[in-house]
Amino acid sequence: MPTLTFIEHNGTLHQVHGEVGQSVMQAATFAMLPGIQGDCGGACSCATCHAYVDEAWVDRFPPVAGTEDEMLDNVSERRANSRLSCQLVIEEGMDGLMVHLPASQY
Amino acid sequence: MTLNSVVIVGAGQGGFQVAASLRQEGYQGAITLIGDEPGLPYQRPPLSKAYLLGKISATALLFRPMDFYTQQNIELVHDQAVAVDRNNRQVRLASGRAVPYDHLVLAMGAHNRPLSVPGADAHGVFGIKTKADADELAPLAKEARHVVVVGAGFVGLEFAAVAAANGATVHVLELGDRPMARAISREMSDLFRAAHEAWGVHFEFRQGIGQILSEGGKVSGVVTAEGKTLPADLVVYGIGVIPNVQLALEAGLDIDNGIKVDSNLLTSDAHISSLGDVASFPCIQNGQKPLRLESVQNAVDQGRAIAARLVGKPAPYTALPWFWTDQGNLKLQIAGMSMGYDNTVALGTPESGQLSVLCFRDDQLVAVESCNRPGDHMAARKILARPPRLTPAEAQVPGFELKAWEAANRD
Repeated sequence: MPTLTFIEHNGTLHQVHGEVGQSVMQAATFAMLPGIQGDCGGACSCATCHAYVDEAWVDRFPPVAGTEDEMLDNVSERRANSRLSCQLVIEEGMDGLMVHLPASQY
Repeated sequence: MTLNSVVIVGAGQGGFQVAASLRQEGYQGAITLIGDEPGLPYQRPPLSKAYLLGKISATALLFRPMDFYTQQNIELVHDQAVAVDRNNRQVRLASGRAVPYDHLVLAMGAHNRPLSVPGADAHGVFGIKTKADADELAPLAKEARHVVVVGAGFVGLEFAAVAAANGATVHVLELGDRPMARAISREMSDLFRAAHEAWGVHFEFRQGIGQILSEGGKVSGVVTAEGKTLPADLVVYGIGVIPNVQLALEAGLDIDNGIKVDSNLLTSDAHISSLGDVASFPCIQNGQKPLRLESVQNAVDQGRAIAARLVGKPAPYTALPWFWTDQGNLKLQIAGMSMGYDNTVALGTPESGQLSVLCFRDDQLVAVESCNRPGDHMAARKILARPPRLTPAEAQVPGFELKAWEAANRD
């Protein structure tokens, strides 16, 4: 079971257990983390699961494209490592994945 | 009055949200979440698409794992509420248990309008509402060769797309003259009609269902209202829902196409709130006229609003309605309420499959429908949440883009 590290914008660290095949969004909401809402449940329809994948891990996921890309254009403070975490699937070997949370989803 | 116990009837999207938001807001009293389905509370939208296709697991449907309810001290009760005793402020359950409340939240949702034609009790005739429905339907949907869908609304068309992708012959019977007529503009309907037809779906518009034929108890065909027979080994209907108001009705609460609530989502009893599919609320996007919305956004935002009020932060409910449906490779997103629109401006083209239809009423933007233009949808949500300013004339200027306009017109 991979352990994920989420870092709030104020620096607070959260260690969270994820399941292989689960989305990073659901790992966060299941662990009741503040800062990730995931209102639409993972359908890439609401853009309330915005997060920044740590630079060291960016290349481990397929690049941003399509719907996710356009949705991200409207989040506050999009950066090069911005993702909608519902679109990131946890895979084998992702133990230690580090994700930074934005100050706000709006 | 101090609030020591909140009882929530209905553990769907809205009921769950009230419980989760109450804890997020710091409420420390008792929370009892009563649901009549087995298992943990789950999301329904994937039932007619991703879950049915096997793209997501049963775990992915859950709002939260079991630990959440334990750690957050939310008592999850699998039972049916059968009566509300408003004088003594308690809910009576089918098991005989009486659950006292300081505040009660009614979030019973809605049930599918039944298909009331001869033969509808045959095996292989489905509405999709619960996970149990989807679990029973999924293997049949994979095997089915001839599918008839009754109703060209969101759920019916989501399933039609699934069935066509599975290689079945699909006929859709619809009383109206176009897909999703109740929800979207003709321009957008036309795009979806063409897309479904390209996937092999056959539409029968202005056509009701007469009866369902069966052999050995299993569905074998459908006879349309006009007498045309279509072969079918699977029938799925999505012909609207009926709000589950019985409990509220018997408790003497005001009902108006749903449990009637005020702008604070309070019923005619100040100790009882209601939300989601079952509640009829004064909608500011509908000129404060009562409206009942069946959507995730509505349940989530109303759940948050009720939780906030219960911890002493009341505010009238004004959130902008938004909706989505995924059909095949098309994502339709709707922001706002288009009722009574009298003018449209289209961005993109139907041929490209990327189209946004801006709906105006009295020259004010009231809704934006976007197909595979999620950037437009997100910009529209921001624009529609503010006082109206965008005019049809501006939107018709060649090269107009919602996102750029939104960025240039922030307060």
